[in-house]
Amino acid sequence: MPRLIFILPLLLFGAIAVYFAIGLTKDPRNLPSALIDKTAPEFTLPPLRDGEPGLANTDLGGEVKIVNVFASWCVPCKLEHPVFMRFSQQNDTPLYGINYKNIKSEAVAWLSQLGDPYQRIGFDLSGRVGIEWGVYGVPETYIIDKEGRIRYRHAGPILPKVMKETILPLITELKK
Amino acid sequence: MRALLICIALILAPLTSANAVLPNEVLKDPLLEKRARALSKNIRCLVCQNQSIDDSNADLARDLRILVRERLTAGDSDTAVLDFLIARYGDFVMLKPPFKGSTYILWFGPVGIFIIAVIGLSVFFRRRQRLIAQGEDLTARLSGDERERLARLLDEDRP
Repeated sequence: MPRLIFILPLLLFGAIAVYFAIGLTKDPRNLPSALIDKTAPEFTLPPLRDGEPGLANTDLGGEVKIVNVFASWCVPCKLEHPVFMRFSQQNDTPLYGINYKNIKSEAVAWLSQLGDPYQRIGFDLSGRVGIEWGVYGVPETYIIDKEGRIRYRHAGPILPKVMKETILPLITELKK
Repeated sequence: MRALLICIALILAPLTSANAVLPNEVLKDPLLEKRARALSKNIRCLVCQNQSIDDSNADLARDLRILVRERLTAGDSDTAVLDFLIARYGDFVMLKPPFKGSTYILWFGPVGIFIIAVIGLSVFFRRRQRLIAQGEDLTARLSGDERERLARLLDEDRP
């Protein structure tokens, strides 16, 4: 019995090692959204380009939709942009954009140069709607289910791997 | 003497709080501004994570500072402002974790470990005390090898 006490530090070390092995592989920047499974926040945004539809929470729901928060000044947005271009060509799921704290002309130029994958774009100059959504960095992508609830949030660019392994399966799942 | 004073002033300089609040953000009402500052010090900047929005220069921190001041000016209580932010950003937005069911282990964990340690130690010492009181020769529990080593160590201390 007294010998057992000498194993205790080893056991403790093992426990702490496991704790760190799991904890240190997590990305601390990947925060869980407080809005998961909640109805999308109330908001109304004017359109980015005059004469086009803007974006409001009443536009969400009915079917599965994706909301992507982007800006032309955001470098990772450029990285995920081709993924969304391909998505909008191959998938009929509506893709809506929230243009976050952007100079209007720059955002318009960015989209006409690279292509516009969005069916609707809300123009959030002040970033207030971003706060309503709990946005803490751009790009962020939300998946909204048929009932208009936020089911998934991805902070950071949607790379092809994330699109293929997370976004597309979830959309298929939610469409059922 | 003057050089010394300058040295002291320079050493103390970093202690005065360097904060990110811009002059144009400051509210006219000093009482409200004081509340805003106190609140901001406990609100996490989600971009830089271990800085409060009061300290951070990040864009989002500035937006949140202005938002806090707007809500206070509109007559919100301190808790109403915090609840507004928690509803959108989760408990993580507070630098000090809230006291509730899912965080009990965080708050009570260290105290719990301390209590277990104290109980363990007191059991250990009490048992030893009892054995000594019963007149049991504790050295009898040692192996021959250990007894020899103990004798040698005790001998070393003798002049």
